Amino acid sequence: MALNKTPADNTPSCNEELYAKHEKIYPRAVSGLFATWRVMGVLVLLGAYYFIPWLNWDNHQAVLFDLPDRKFFIFGLTFWPQDFFYLAVLLIIAALSLFFFTTLAGRLWCGYACPQTVWTEAFLWIERKIEGSRNKQMKLAKAPWSARKLRIVGTKHFIWIIFSLWTGFTFVGYFTPITELWASSLAITLGPWETFWVFFYGFATYGNAGWMREQVCIYMCPYARFQSAMFDKNTLVISYDDARGEPRGSRKKTDNREDKGLGECVDCTLCVQVCPTGIDIRQGLQYQCIGCAACVDVCNQVMEKMDYPKNLIRYTTENAIEGKPTKIIRPRIIFYSILLLATTSALIYAMLVRIPLELDIIRDRNALYRETNEGLIENVYTLKVINMDNQAHDYSLHVTGIEQLKLIQRQENIYVPSGQVISLPVRVQVDPINIKTAASDLTFTLQSKSNKELIVIEAGRFIGPLIR
Amino acid sequence: MSTFWSWFVAILTIANLIGCYWLIKWATKPRSGEAAEGDVTGHTWDGDLQEFNNPLPRWWLWLFYITLIFAFLYMALYPGSGIYKGSFGWSQTGQYEAEMSKAEQTYGPIFAKFAKQDIPTLANDPQARQIGQRLFINYCSTCHGSDAGGAPGFPNLTDNDWLYGNKAEDIENSILNGRTGVMPAMGGALGEQGVKEVTAYVISLSGRNADTALASSGKTKFEAMCAACHHASGTGNTLIGAPNLTDKTWLYGGSAGIIAKTIRDGRTGSMPPHRNFLGEDKAHVLAGYIYSLRNAQ
Repeated sequence: MALNKTPADNTPSCNEELYAKHEKIYPRAVSGLFATWRVMGVLVLLGAYYFIPWLNWDNHQAVLFDLPDRKFFIFGLTFWPQDFFYLAVLLIIAALSLFFFTTLAGRLWCGYACPQTVWTEAFLWIERKIEGSRNKQMKLAKAPWSARKLRIVGTKHFIWIIFSLWTGFTFVGYFTPITELWASSLAITLGPWETFWVFFYGFATYGNAGWMREQVCIYMCPYARFQSAMFDKNTLVISYDDARGEPRGSRKKTDNREDKGLGECVDCTLCVQVCPTGIDIRQGLQYQCIGCAACVDVCNQVMEKMDYPKNLIRYTTENAIEGKPTKIIRPRIIFYSILLLATTSALIYAMLVRIPLELDIIRDRNALYRETNEGLIENVYTLKVINMDNQAHDYSLHVTGIEQLKLIQRQENIYVPSGQVISLPVRVQVDPINIKTAASDLTFTLQSKSNKELIVIEAGRFIGPLIR
Repeated sequence: MSTFWSWFVAILTIANLIGCYWLIKWATKPRSGEAAEGDVTGHTWDGDLQEFNNPLPRWWLWLFYITLIFAFLYMALYPGSGIYKGSFGWSQTGQYEAEMSKAEQTYGPIFAKFAKQDIPTLANDPQARQIGQRLFINYCSTCHGSDAGGAPGFPNLTDNDWLYGNKAEDIENSILNGRTGVMPAMGGALGEQGVKEVTAYVISLSGRNADTALASSGKTKFEAMCAACHHASGTGNTLIGAPNLTDKTWLYGGSAGIIAKTIRDGRTGSMPPHRNFLGEDKAHVLAGYIYSLRNAQ
């Protein structure tokens, strides 16, 4: 059974016999419970995306990924490259959520939250406002080019392009302060790379949401393909209830359908018309189905009009369709939830106890150790003190690990401005009689003088001769 | 890259690109016996998993052609095919030089400003000291230690003992032109007994206890053979870098055995010249930093 496309001219040129020209899909407008949820999703997600870069926090943009400076601001938290581990944990959480939600209820991401869906919905809305309903759009597409068609189609693409440029501009605004970006754009003094990325992401938005649409979901997205590997018989998927619906056929509302030997499906094909990927859900679950539940909404409207019970097409499980009991709480679900809960709690905890101070100890390696004129043994260290706080600090340093050890620094006070790294050479001097092992463990303690909570303890190494 | 390898790379790359084009053309020809478009191919897996022969979208084909065109363009513009440099003339060294000249534009004025000031002034300027410290950590700390305290064979730059003079110009001279501190091997001329005697005398010069008999014999030999460089009193000669033997600082070690080895086998201390690869301006700032280290202990 092939894709249920509108019958097209299937005689391609002899060069591209095995490649089909893309037939545009005109999803019919739909309203209902799931459509409302999707609209909410679009408004919240797009709203957040376009609004957040304009927020400020302390003296910087609230969410800013300053790549040249290698500082990543997320509201009150400032992340440095050393914190990239947290990003890895975040990605693990994202993957675990994917497994969890997909096993539970199928392609929730695809139908409600995926950027491809969200932006395509926005573009579809614009298209509907300018070109009209599905039938009007199809008529316009078939009509020959005229001044009117040019005007209408031109307006649509113009608005799409403005919207896309705004999207690209906002994207770059997460990496360069957006107010500066705006000022530069108005004065046409944008740098070459900023200009490139604004247009690149603008073009990507326009291309993906304006033209490619379901082609991304059907051919390009790897997520689409491996989601089915995560379904099982207890996963909530969108299904047409064959047993209730068949045999399908049109009839009058006043007819008694049992007498006519018909199922509940009136074969209105509305479920096919609203489908953004162009499938017929009555043929069963297909890989192209993004789980948007538009068919559920529209079928329910028809069922209501016909006074038939609702949910002929609905979220259900394979077990339920076969008449077997559905188990929501099953080993996979429990396992994923535990992992998800554990990793998320660990991340939140790490964020809460995070200390914006780091000390790296680099022991000089030009010589194992140095002997002074008085016969004392010295090891030299370069300390890197990283102040990740948003204010400057004075720190004090203590070292322990060998009896009567002496720490020699050029100045006692260690001053580091906010967001800076300093290199500090220090010497640890010991009387060799106190050295117990060739390589001794030292403990360096760095503490802020004003805020005693800012304290880090690091291990170092002292190498010296053993006196027997 | 030799001519053979150049042709090897060029021919293989271009042939592969042409091969990709041929491949896509070959794959688009339908073969007899193949399932018609939209039909199942007949292969079945796992009982009921079937494969349809559905057409690929045409935009995919066009993307493939675009990548081929991009590849050919790239080969023409950039050095991807052997010796051919590409019409953009891009090279790694070219990019490096462009970045270096850009850095020079940014940082050159800072060093030019400091070049006009004398070293003691630089030693008092916090920005100059910080730049000097970073230069030091980069270029000097491997030998002299990150605290400039030295190591066996590499002088301590924080004490008051200067082999070649303690003036600012002497320090800058050492950095720019390097130094070679040569102590000739005296073992042959002295003989083993002579080495013992001179060692005892040298040890006594800094107030340490040494065998008086050996030391007095050593004194005669010292005045004959060593005073020329180290001065009769043993206080050294900063013009040639002969150390002061009357203080407690020993560049290679102050034990009797090490001093004996120094006398017997000689020493060659090497400070590399930094004028060419560092430039005078950076060396000037470095000298300012070293100058600021004196008396800092």
